[in-house]
Amino acid sequence: MDYTFQFGELLPYSDLIARGVLSTVILAIVTTVLGCLLGTLGAAARAGKQTFLSRAVGVYVELIRNTPFIVQLFFIFFGLPTIGIKLTAGEAGLLAMVINLAAYSTEIIRAGIESIPKGQLEAARTLGLSRTQTFTRVVLPPALEKIYPALTSQCIIVMLGSAVLSQISVEELTFAANFIQSRNFLSFEVYMVITVIYLLLAILMRQGFKLIHYFMFPNLRARS
Amino acid sequence: MMSVFKSCLKFVGLIGLCITALSANANQLDEITKRGMLVVAVPQDFPPFGSVGSDLQPVGYDVDTAAYLAESLGVKLELVPVTSANRIPYLQTRKVDLVISSMGKNPERERVIDFSRAYAPFFLGVFGSSDAAVASAADLAGKTVGVTRGSVEDLELSKLAPEDAVIRRFEDNSTTISAYLSGQVELIATGNLVAAKIAEKGNSRGLKSKFIIKNSPCYVGTHKGDTELLTKVNELIVAGLTSGKLDELSMKWFNAELPAELKL
Repeated sequence: MDYTFQFGELLPYSDLIARGVLSTVILAIVTTVLGCLLGTLGAAARAGKQTFLSRAVGVYVELIRNTPFIVQLFFIFFGLPTIGIKLTAGEAGLLAMVINLAAYSTEIIRAGIESIPKGQLEAARTLGLSRTQTFTRVVLPPALEKIYPALTSQCIIVMLGSAVLSQISVEELTFAANFIQSRNFLSFEVYMVITVIYLLLAILMRQGFKLIHYFMFPNLRARS
Repeated sequence: MMSVFKSCLKFVGLIGLCITALSANANQLDEITKRGMLVVAVPQDFPPFGSVGSDLQPVGYDVDTAAYLAESLGVKLELVPVTSANRIPYLQTRKVDLVISSMGKNPERERVIDFSRAYAPFFLGVFGSSDAAVASAADLAGKTVGVTRGSVEDLELSKLAPEDAVIRRFEDNSTTISAYLSGQVELIATGNLVAAKIAEKGNSRGLKSKFIIKNSPCYVGTHKGDTELLTKVNELIVAGLTSGKLDELSMKWFNAELPAELKL
């Protein structure tokens, strides 16, 4: 194996890689915020009584969780223009990621909500809290606390999944890697660097989640 | 503790063996004859060069050229479908012996693989619907052009297009074509024969030639340093051009004879 590694050859492309990292980070942040918000709403709808809304959310969750992400992405980007809904590659990619994360987080958060003993709900209602107050003050905080690690992992999975967006010409990190590789054919060097960057992003994201956890659950912190 | 050390040693030994095996590929032509199989990378999303036929087998000019080479060498043929972006890595990592995938030549590629003589004609151009007012590279300003990442048309277009032209780079040719047909890009840069094939299939948008980017005939690619194999491939291409075998294939797939300059 007489091969000389040429990591120096990547330097002219550092701008492209930096822009790729930025796009991936922005995609990850927006997706995480919107996906978790929608997931909470979806979980609230699903955890309650069987209504039309809860069934509709159920269908949505099953549909997204049982189809491949890339197919959802292609459907939004290539399929929807046929019926007049034309999104740019970036918009289509972001939409696909949010829809995907929202479905998974709905299920994760619902699991948390269902783990709250019924007695707590009854106690809250007896104390005169309204349904909304019961949900936001009594049910949701411990529910989120319980499923927090699972939710963190799911958000990281979706961030890593953004690599697929390079297929529809979104210029994120994997796009940068493929672009450079198609110009200088240094596959090992390029993908090595990109792998390390993704690893760092995932670690950073996990640390970020820990920080949010620290500020989000002050009561639980004091107790433990 | 000892057993762990032993298994580590075995593992290192195994890696050593693999590396020796890798560096022991003296002559790829002999290797092909010995295993009785020619492994060729062909396109699957690039009609008429290579596409998937109704029986799900690859068909096209490149596929027939590969079959002709295997037949002349007296070995069986194994086809490996590849995309524009991954065909050179396939060759570099020796997953295939040859790349016959409507591949054009440029200095960047010549640094990493070897090229045979040309075996098929190819013109690269920018195509779009008849109402798009584009006649030269300068007219691309403010327009979105789809192109397959890493292809010769990508490299050329990146040089020619003005600053404010938006070049959208897709993973493979079928995605690029889908992007045009679904209206995600206004124009595409691709080969003349491919564009003709798309237009022939008929679609709402139509596809007219706007301007020619480059005359870029197709070459067979070999792993860097496989001199014996390359010489043999060149001999067979010349033989195919003289005997009229390749003309026959050209009539079959392009509805035209090969241009005279290819036979020089």
